[in-house]
Formats: sequence, C-alpha cells, structure tokens
Amino acid sequence: MDDKAKIRSFLSGFFRTNNLTDKDDVFALGLINSLFAMQLVLNIEREFNITVEDQDLDINNFNTIDNIAAFVSRKSRK
Amino acid sequence: MNLQLTNQQKQERTRFREFVDQEIAPHACRFDREEKLPIELIVKIARQGYLGSFLGEEWGGRSLDTITYGLLSEEIGRACSSVRSLLTVHDMVAISVLRWGSHEQRAKWLPLLVQGKAIAAFAVTEPEAGCDLGCVKTTAVRAGGGYVLNGVKSWITFGQVADLFLVLAGLDEKLSAFLVERNRPGVSTVPISGLLGVRASMLAEVRLNDCEIPADSIIGQPGFGLASVVATALGLGRYSVAWGCVGIAQACLESCVKYTNDRKQFGKPLKEHQLIRHMISDMVVDIKAARLLCSRAGILKQLGDPCEVMETLIAKYFSSRAAMKSASDAVQIHGANGCGDRYPVQRYMRDAKIMEIIEGSNQMQQLLIADYAYQEEARNLSDGD
Repeated sequence: MDDKAKIRSFLSGFFRTNNLTDKDDVFALGLINSLFAMQLVLNIEREFNITVEDQDLDINNFNTIDNIAAFVSRKSRK
Repeated sequence: MNLQLTNQQKQERTRFREFVDQEIAPHACRFDREEKLPIELIVKIARQGYLGSFLGEEWGGRSLDTITYGLLSEEIGRACSSVRSLLTVHDMVAISVLRWGSHEQRAKWLPLLVQGKAIAAFAVTEPEAGCDLGCVKTTAVRAGGGYVLNGVKSWITFGQVADLFLVLAGLDEKLSAFLVERNRPGVSTVPISGLLGVRASMLAEVRLNDCEIPADSIIGQPGFGLASVVATALGLGRYSVAWGCVGIAQACLESCVKYTNDRKQFGKPLKEHQLIRHMISDMVVDIKAARLLCSRAGILKQLGDPCEVMETLIAKYFSSRAAMKSASDAVQIHGANGCGDRYPVQRYMRDAKIMEIIEGSNQMQQLLIADYAYQEEARNLSDGD
C-alpha cells in the first residue's frame, strides 16, 4: 500500500466513503468530530514513523490526501 | 496484548497504596467537608514525584509508563477524587506543554510543574461553553507585541490555588491556547463552593480582564488550541478519570465487604443475604471489566496507536458508569449508615456522579462511541475486509 492509499484508508473510516479524491478538503467536508485531528496526527506519526511537531501545525499540511502525503514526504527526508 | 503487571509495576502500586493509605485516605472526608486540600499535602504529593509523573527525567519526572500512571490514578482515586483531580488537571497542562509547547516553554514550565513549584489548571470551560467548546467566547487580541485576553472561565478545578492556567481563547476567530500566570495583571479568581462532589477540588471562576500576556505565551500554533492542545490534554484527562473511577468502585467494594462482614440483620451477617451478594458480585465484575478497559487503553496509548483515543473514551464511559453504579449500591448496602458521614460511601456516590459529567459527559461519549462503530465498518469496507 503506498502512502496515499494508507492515508485514504484511515480517512475513509471517518468520512464513511470510498470516494475521497486526493484533492478533497477533509476539513471542509464536515461530519468529523472533535477527536478527529488528534487521531489523524497519531495515525500519521505511527504509520510513517515521524513526529508531528508544534511548527507542523498548519491546516495546509493535513487538509487533503495530497497535502498529507507531501507533508509526510518532507518530514521523512529530514 | 499482555495485560499482566510487571514486577516493577506491582512494586510501584504497593508504594502508591502505602502513601495513599497513610497520607490521603484517613483525611479525605475532612477534605470533602472543608472543601479544600491542605497545601502540606500538595507538597508531599510533589515530593513523591506524583505531579507530572509521566514526564521524563530530563524534566525531573519519574517517566511513569501509561499503566503505572493509571495505577497511580486508581490508588489516589480510591481514597479521594479531589486529590486525583489535582493530578489530572495539573498533568493535563503538563502534557500540553510537553507535546505542543516550544522548547522555551518546556524548559521554563515542566521542571516547575514536576516539583510542584507551580500548580497548573485547565481554564477552558465557560458559562456558555461546556461540552461545546467551539462556543468559547474569551478573546485574545494582538497588542503591543503580545496578546490581551478578555473573558470568564467557569468550573476551573483548582482555580483557587493554581499558579498557571491553560486558557482557550479565540484569536482572529480561531481557537488558540495560551499559558497565563496567575500573577498577571487582569487575572482574578472567585471561589466556587457547595458542589455536589469532588468538593475539595477548590474550583474557581477565572476572570480575564484586559489581561496582557507576552507573545511567547501562545501554546501550539494559532487556530490549533482546541483540535491539538486541548484535545491532547483531554485525552490524558479522560485516561486519568477512567482509572480514578476504577479506584472509586474499588473503594466501594472494600467498604461493602467489610461492612457486610460486620453488620448483622435477621440473625446473620449481611453478606449471607443473597440480594446483598448480588450487588457485591456486580461490583466485582464491573471493577474487573473497567480495569481491563483502562489497561487496554493504556497499552494502546503507550504504543502511540491512534485507536487509543477512542479506547480511552470507551474506558472512561464504562468506568464512570461502573463507579456510579457501585457507589449507589454501596450506599444501598450501608442503608441509613451509608447516608451519614461516619462512612465514606456517600462521598463516593457524590464524587462518582461528577465523573459521569467531566471530561466529556457520558451522553457525548455515547454519540462518539456510536460514530466509532460506523467508522470501523467503513474502514473495513475500504480495506476490503
């Protein structure tokens, strides 16, 4: 499973859909609860063995599958 | 998943129990009556390393693993939910600073929090914002190179004595978190008394009136106060409360076993009456189930598994209900004696009711747990399971 597929698998549970595109803004879709951001961060950290730090907290790192994959790629290179 | 305690965890639990039985349990009814904790006890708790106990040695902490941390919460909760509340709110701020604070914030605050030289409180809820924290009205405005805060925070546990508040406020209409020292001009507190339970938690209303704080007071990035900082804190809070509830239920069981051994009615000890044994057996099973859920959440938390968020929530939901049921039955078993202040069970019942409300009411938990069921189903379908 590539990075985007792993991210899509996790997000599909929250959005109860198999139709998420890589460019869908998951925060704009609504239907998420207050625990979503925390679980998303934990999932990214565990799945990709990186640490999300204070300065990484930017909505543009987490709002689409494309952006999450790009963020993971940048963090993994460091 | 190995749910057996290690020898070290068992030894720690023995040490916790000894401290609690000596320093807290004999005085807990007085704390409840007087609606305060003595400062000397807080100093002793800090000296034991029980504040910020999960923090690493670089901060002066004891690096407790999640299970040992849970055992500490259970043992203290067994004696006094107000003391357990002190550890909970203090540690909620500590974990927020550890997880999302800047290097400078960690270096400044974590050693002070471990040593108890600063007591921290979680100043998030407001008169109109309880479970629905999106409604927070407190504002932060950029001014003079820093921020100016205005608003009122309600039901702030240990707000009467805290030196440091983690405040949630709207900045540019996005919720952000700030560390605010008590001695800042514009900070004032009004004690809240006469509570149903956790009466020694020294609650206060915290008022922020043109309170100026420096730019480096913000914790986490602007706009991530609720989703990241407060969410992290509440995750630990729910975990601590869940274990504390196991402690309440355990205390109920211990009180009832002793009482039903000693008390005779109709010519035989209460424990010989079948309907009494029914309530005792329910307590035993609920306690074991709650402890298992807490342990499972703790292991997942230690592993950094994303499931820990929901599993902790489930543990808190179950444990708080178990505590309330056990405490209600404990009062029933003690009869008239259970309603008076010679026995602690009425305190356990009042404290247990609070546990069904704090760190997300049980009705909020029910909604989220149901969501979880549907999320799991959708994820399984997505993975082709």
